[in-house]
Amino acid sequence: MPSQFILGLITASFIGGVAGYLGSLMISKRMALVGGPLGHLALPGVALSLIYHYNIFLGALLSISLGAVIIWWLKTRTKLSIEALTGLVFAAGVALGFVILPLSQAEEALIGDITKVNPIDTILAVILGLVIFFVIKKIYQKMVLLEISEDLAKTEGVNVKRYNLIYLTSLALMVALEVKIVGILLTAALFIIPAASARNLSTTLGRYSLGSLIIGMVSAILGMFLFKLTHIPAGPLIILVNTSVFIISIFLKSE
Amino acid sequence: MPETILKVKNLSVVIDGKEKIIENLSFEVKKGEFFIILGPNGAGKTTLFKALLGLIPYQGEIIWSKKDIKFGYLPERLSPSEFKKLPISVKDFYKFKNVSEEKISKILKSVGLGEKRFLEKNPSDLSSGQFQRMLIGWALVGDPDVLFFDEPTTGIDIGGEKTIYSLLEKFWQEKNLTILLITHDLNIVYGRATNVLCLYKKGICSGPPKEVLTPDTLETLYSDKIKFYKHKH
Repeated sequence: MPSQFILGLITASFIGGVAGYLGSLMISKRMALVGGPLGHLALPGVALSLIYHYNIFLGALLSISLGAVIIWWLKTRTKLSIEALTGLVFAAGVALGFVILPLSQAEEALIGDITKVNPIDTILAVILGLVIFFVIKKIYQKMVLLEISEDLAKTEGVNVKRYNLIYLTSLALMVALEVKIVGILLTAALFIIPAASARNLSTTLGRYSLGSLIIGMVSAILGMFLFKLTHIPAGPLIILVNTSVFIISIFLKSE
Repeated sequence: MPETILKVKNLSVVIDGKEKIIENLSFEVKKGEFFIILGPNGAGKTTLFKALLGLIPYQGEIIWSKKDIKFGYLPERLSPSEFKKLPISVKDFYKFKNVSEEKISKILKSVGLGEKRFLEKNPSDLSSGQFQRMLIGWALVGDPDVLFFDEPTTGIDIGGEKTIYSLLEKFWQEKNLTILLITHDLNIVYGRATNVLCLYKKGICSGPPKEVLTPDTLETLYSDKIKFYKHKH
């Protein structure tokens, strides 16, 4: 039976790496802050999971999916922008989450708790992480082309709606996985910061996407070792390691 | 007599269920033509391209001579800044079309960007003329049968404009391509077009430019008096 630390290390490194990889598309899509509202949307589900002792991943995923459906439903019935509706729904989600959640359990929901990772969480993180990585790898170039010009992408046979759906579903799954290790407050950071650092250090697309993955993974591993040394919650430490790598990348900037 | 590569019958395009952008348009394009679409802003030229490329819904018929016809497309106003947000090189961009490095070098050379340094550059670091030539090369990847160019010289100086039109003419002749071009430049229309379609939601005129582009037609098209000045040689 692997130790609790090893389980946490494997979980964090897979989630950190794949989140970084997904984030490299998020930055180019100017969706850098989408991960935040998605994380916040998870709160009611996470709250229910903590109260009724079922897997946080399932609660978060259910809550995010429901939030996305509500945003979509409101969009079809109002003239408000998707950003305004997302703001509205995620604020309502946070409020609802705090109504449900006893304050004593709020810390775990807000910043995560790596010590509660169990073997099922680790298996889930590894399998889903690998599936999301290979799916996104397959559509990566098309997603970039879509970002450059929707018309060019369509002439190359890109089905815009299908590709966006695949990407958003992957983001939602990833956010639901992230909640366990960094909590609802820091989900966006796992996407954005590794990609921002890799952007500073790369001139080609291959190096950028791979760099985002490696930086995300290495930062998660270093954050876990710092957690072992200091016993400060792992989520914030992982984000701070990522931030330090970003600061270093500014000085090593390649262009 | 060259075969007809494209037949458009009673084409109409409506945007958002309200505004009719194109109304009951019919025309034909023969294989190997340098076919120019002329019309004022808002006439429906870009919308026509999008309908022909199958990018938007339409009513009527668009019939291509074969099902697996290959298109190359250079859209209007594709800004270099779209590339700036990514660490992407010219080589990366061409690789989106699953093309070998050898072929990339060959195509870039044919559009005057043969030097190795261009391969590693971000497209946003190219000059306007170089950027448009890179896009022309990109449209040529995969040996298309038909090329669509939507105002390819917007924002380019006179020298660059001349280079681009010379390139288009060179590829048109060498590769026996059919070119569909949107431009406002009447010199190009008279100098290079085999046929022209004057568009203002409906087809105003269609045929060889010297026959159909009369001052009256241009006045109808642009709602303004047009004067011709003949050069004495």
